[in-house]
Amino acid sequence: MSYQAHFQVWRGDVDGGALQDFEIEVNEGEVVLDVIHRLAATQAGDLAVRWNCKAGKCGSCSAEINGLPRLMCMTRMSTFAATETVTVTPLRTFPVVKDLVTDVSFNYEKAKAIPAFQPRPKDPDGVYRMAQADVERSQEFRKCIECFLCQTVCHVIRDHEENKPAFAGPRYFIRLAELDMHPLDVNDRKSLAQEQAGLGYCNITKCCTEVCPEHIKITDNGIIPLKERVIDTKYDPLVWLGNKIRRR
Amino acid sequence: MSESATTEVDRHEYDVLVMGAGGAGLRAAIAAHEEGARTAIICKSLLGKAHTVMAEGGIAAAMGNVYPDDNWQVHFRDTMRGGKMLNNWRMAQLHAQEAPARVWELEEWGALFDRTRDGLISQRDFGGHRYARLAHVGDRTGLEMIRTLQQRAVALGIDVFMECTITKLLVERTENGARVAGAFGYWRDTGRFIAFEAPAVVLATGGIGKSYKVTSNSWEYTGDGHALALEAGATLINMEFVQFHPTGMVWPPSVRGLLVTESVRGDGGVLRNSENRRFAFDYIPEFFKAETADSEDEADRWYDDKKGNRRPPELLPRDEVARAINAEVKAGRGSPHGGVFLDIASRRTPDYIRRRLPSMYHQFRELADVDITEEAMEVGPTCHYVMGGVEVDADTQMSVVPGLYAAGEVAGGMHGANRLGGNSLSDLLVFGRRAGLYAAQYAAGLSSAKPVVVDDQISAAGRAALAVFRAEGTENPYTLHQDLQQVMNDLVGIIRTAEELQRSLEEIEALKQRVGQLAVTGDRRFNPGWHLAMDLNNMLRVSECIAMAALERKESRGGHTRNDYPLADPEWGKINVVLREEDGKVTLYHQPLPPMPPELAALLEER
Repeated sequence: MSYQAHFQVWRGDVDGGALQDFEIEVNEGEVVLDVIHRLAATQAGDLAVRWNCKAGKCGSCSAEINGLPRLMCMTRMSTFAATETVTVTPLRTFPVVKDLVTDVSFNYEKAKAIPAFQPRPKDPDGVYRMAQADVERSQEFRKCIECFLCQTVCHVIRDHEENKPAFAGPRYFIRLAELDMHPLDVNDRKSLAQEQAGLGYCNITKCCTEVCPEHIKITDNGIIPLKERVIDTKYDPLVWLGNKIRRR
Repeated sequence: MSESATTEVDRHEYDVLVMGAGGAGLRAAIAAHEEGARTAIICKSLLGKAHTVMAEGGIAAAMGNVYPDDNWQVHFRDTMRGGKMLNNWRMAQLHAQEAPARVWELEEWGALFDRTRDGLISQRDFGGHRYARLAHVGDRTGLEMIRTLQQRAVALGIDVFMECTITKLLVERTENGARVAGAFGYWRDTGRFIAFEAPAVVLATGGIGKSYKVTSNSWEYTGDGHALALEAGATLINMEFVQFHPTGMVWPPSVRGLLVTESVRGDGGVLRNSENRRFAFDYIPEFFKAETADSEDEADRWYDDKKGNRRPPELLPRDEVARAINAEVKAGRGSPHGGVFLDIASRRTPDYIRRRLPSMYHQFRELADVDITEEAMEVGPTCHYVMGGVEVDADTQMSVVPGLYAAGEVAGGMHGANRLGGNSLSDLLVFGRRAGLYAAQYAAGLSSAKPVVVDDQISAAGRAALAVFRAEGTENPYTLHQDLQQVMNDLVGIIRTAEELQRSLEEIEALKQRVGQLAVTGDRRFNPGWHLAMDLNNMLRVSECIAMAALERKESRGGHTRNDYPLADPEWGKINVVLREEDGKVTLYHQPLPPMPPELAALLEER
């Protein structure tokens, strides 16, 4: 069942690099990350790669495989023909550190900019009551494993470094949606979503939804409802009037 | 940058340094920060990727939302019995008493648990727990917990040093004794050195599973905290007790060991052998007979009526179930790939399975081409958790070294000889908070009498870290790691004998010699080969501790089964095996368990 596969792996650093060719053994049931590990163990001991759980739960081993953003641990070798060249490159949207490892600090900075969760007071007996149906909406977004595949695929920042300061990306839109739909949260982040997170840049091409390994409906269930809520607030004449009066 | 280009060290100063950003580390940092301490978190991976993320089933806490009869006393009793009475009673008590508050607190920080019909936090059944007790979010509870704590820590503005590895604890040694002064390590991306001055260090480094070949643990689980604590003068207890989770995936080979949550059984799944027999009924030990169903009918009724029926034997504590599976496979009644069958498909509807166990459904479909709503899974034991760890004060979590604290998996005592499922996440929260709180108070109490970092220790640690670059070695760190994993798997596994344990110690000694011949390629920038070469020292030291303690304990109890001493021995039930390091050599001694107050002992007798 074993065979020799042809791999091309990008190796280099911030100053440049190139695809390097490898012939490497592949066994039944293996995933791309197994093969990368075998490369490190047998041919390239200093090959830089991030990984943790190897089970699709931590979102560490993101890379671009034959040009598609994927988790290496969830990409089975059986999806490629034995004769096919498998090309593994680092996430394109973030600066390379070394080989397959990129500097993803952009995402952590964006996370910091979102105002924290702020719950309403508890019920008189000291607990919170929420209906399952109400928690499920936000739970979908809390499935996010922060692999940042949605961030790397998003065309707003993929090849547009200049948009990064004004755009938080799909991961943080669903974080905003999650908080907005959270049954307990009382913070209003709608104007932040529009004015600082750059929600308006998204023209719902759904690339993010397609690459999400958790199958979160990022666009349909997160971004579009968030856009609708923002618009409701911004253009609702009563809200507009209320804001106007309160400001005085 | 060439390997010798720089021995420069970035320097930082904090009151409390937390090593590890899993559940225990994050909770400790939050507590220390709230207590007013200048606090930093250091973690080997990116924030939010720690092993806690893989916890599936839930957080055990006697909130009584589903069964009002539940309370801390019952949880305490279940924990002690599950641990075969070797637990530190005070830790088990604090854990049972404080777990509910820690869960409710997560909700105040944004966690969204599944709900009961009344809108309260839902609680599910798990092995060894008398009542449905685990607060959960589908089967991704660990992710919910780590994300909640991560977001809380970020909101509080706590400093986080990501992808930074500590290789040495700095210790001040004077005529008054030793105490912690800080820590030394390196940035993984640049390889640059970093040193922290801090009078209080909280170890929250998790476990040791990467010393084993078949494991559910991630690469970070190299026993760093255990090994560094030992080197700093702390003691380790209960190291012979390693939990093999009964249900890991067995096929395909690349995912062998990957966890299959106990919730599958909690939610109605059963184990069958190749003859389609529910074999767990054949392995009910005397200790649990009175509370375990002896017929399939009674076991099946229990899911809906817990008062009138006893628990299914599939939900015995993990050590019992793992041994049962091991025995069935050895007897030739295993599944095609060397496990047994875990069947929920024939017992629950596809809709129920997908709703309750979404990530299991996903994991089997994507990695094994198995639809768990239609066919049985193949499962077998996998190294999952170490009960042993740093000996700590039950209330404060301080080790015998002043200023050095430990919480979570790296701490010992709480779980005795075997941990119940669900008790780990609650352990992280309860004792993470306590460690952070008391570490902050300790640091504040020192005022001007702070420990002094000796620069010689820093430069020595730097030289040690770079040694593998200079060595004209022949050993590949990856090969050495695989050889260690094979030794631990073959000789220090689920079933042990004196002869094999002795041989394991010889093999580990030989591996240590080979460490001297290690050579790594490339330079210091994000170099996993170099990182592994350094982690190997910790793995070898911890493996040695496990094998030594396992050889010493001449009985079978919980996560330690001796073929040559197959029964539990009441005399051994009164003793902890304690390890310490003297002049670079590990030695051990016996220590009696702390006496339990009679009112708690009485709880254990209740049916």
